[in-house]
Amino acid sequence: MEHSLKIKIKNLDFYYGDFKALHDISMDIYANQVTAFIGPSGCGKSTLLRCLNRMNDLIPIIRVEGQILPDDQNINDPNVDVVTLRHNVGMVFQKPNPFPKSIFENVAYGLRVNGIKDKAYIANQVEKSLIQAAIWDEVKDRIHDSALGLSGGQQQRLCIARALAIEPEVVLMDEPASALDPIATQKIEELIHQLKKSYTIIIVTHNMQQAARVSDITAFFYLGKLIEVDDTKTLFTKPKLQQTEDYITGRFG
Amino acid sequence: MNTSSSLLRRRKLTQVAIFGFFRLSAAINGIALLVVVYFLVAKGWRAINWTFLTQPPKEAMTEGGILPCIVGTLCLSLGAILVALPIGVASAIYLNEYASPGRLLRAIRVGINNLAGVPSVVFGLFGLAFFVVWLKMGVSILAGSLTLGVLTLPVIIGSSEEALRSVPDTYREASLGLGATKWQTIYRVVLPAALPGILTGAILGISRAAGETAPIMFTAAVFYTPSLPTSIFDEIMALPYHIYVLATAGTEIEATRHLQYGTALVLIVLVLGLNLIAIIYRARLQRRM
Repeated sequence: MEHSLKIKIKNLDFYYGDFKALHDISMDIYANQVTAFIGPSGCGKSTLLRCLNRMNDLIPIIRVEGQILPDDQNINDPNVDVVTLRHNVGMVFQKPNPFPKSIFENVAYGLRVNGIKDKAYIANQVEKSLIQAAIWDEVKDRIHDSALGLSGGQQQRLCIARALAIEPEVVLMDEPASALDPIATQKIEELIHQLKKSYTIIIVTHNMQQAARVSDITAFFYLGKLIEVDDTKTLFTKPKLQQTEDYITGRFG
Repeated sequence: MNTSSSLLRRRKLTQVAIFGFFRLSAAINGIALLVVVYFLVAKGWRAINWTFLTQPPKEAMTEGGILPCIVGTLCLSLGAILVALPIGVASAIYLNEYASPGRLLRAIRVGINNLAGVPSVVFGLFGLAFFVVWLKMGVSILAGSLTLGVLTLPVIIGSSEEALRSVPDTYREASLGLGATKWQTIYRVVLPAALPGILTGAILGISRAAGETAPIMFTAAVFYTPSLPTSIFDEIMALPYHIYVLATAGTEIEATRHLQYGTALVLIVLVLGLNLIAIIYRARLQRRM
């Protein structure tokens, strides 16, 4: 099965002040695939993920060199509108972070800030997203209740629905299941499997079994460098480098 | 064995003593409030009646009521909050959400902290020189509200900043991640979440404004006026200044003691009433979330 190129990361360097967090990263992300970033804490995998929707812009002291090219446009170009970029590249965070609003308003938020006022369209899109995020049946009878009343796992699926409602092309997931129990984690993983039919998904995870279960391509990072990237199956069964093998077999990290 | 059990006893005794001291400290606060209220009620309740609350003063302020003072204090408190709340919240948003850390931000913060430390009589003189004389507002509700507003600003800014800081960054990230602009994020997510805290600041501000004497004695309040204000350019009477006048400059200081306590009682009830409204409103906001 052929997958088209979605994002091209080219010679990306990233600095927090004087600290160089990413060294010359180059890799390709393919459409309708799940790409997993793995590696020990502090290896730069979350930093790279947050480069892809320029979430790092929130930190005042960063510097980025190199290119990220979704659809042939360098997103680090100052002319790129981050608001549009983030519309196309959605994000799900490590800890579920629903707004202190109703379930409905959480999912409708992205539509509203993007200027959509058509009530029927919003209602339809909210329902569709909640169904896609496999939480509709659990919340349909209390859709106007506060989202903070949901369990952690439900909140995370709500956050996924919220990200899907504006129909991004790429969904970034920063350890989306790390704060959840095993059953909720399983639900999220099944969901990721469903979602890749319509979206390009990049997931950061600490959990190697999870990377092996959900992803098509896995990239292993260590100390800010991309060590190895390959088909998930190949990387986990026949890694090319000793360092990768040591990490995935649990000998370090 | 023996020594260790005596050591244990000493440690427990120390704890009992220390916590006893803390409990006493906390109790003193409550007692102080009770004593103040008791004195006001005991000495002032005789003055409180329908005439007192609904009539202007009569017979060189030894009889009649304090209606103009009540109306005046309400006008000034409301005016002060109308001035200070928008400017204070806007400043806090700028400082906490937009301004990048640096020398300018530090300078502004130093300015705000110093503003908070300025004695209130200095605000009174400033208001007289700037609003009353230079801007030709005259002694008026407007000049007094602006002066009290400036005095209240640091309180509002401080508590608003605190409220904004307590909004988790994950809300901001979630909103920005959905393609919201910075302003949409602030307006739709950050401010609603910070609103209860901001209101607490407004309560503190309004309480302080209502009780101040020095800032209004040159800018808004007069010794005596029987009529109620009809515009913001009118001069007015106010409760704290009225107490001050009765207690220091009245014709019959001793004979009007009960009126002084009565006026103080009305002032305290007024402030508590304003607080109560804000507290109920805040509780309703928090329930909605």
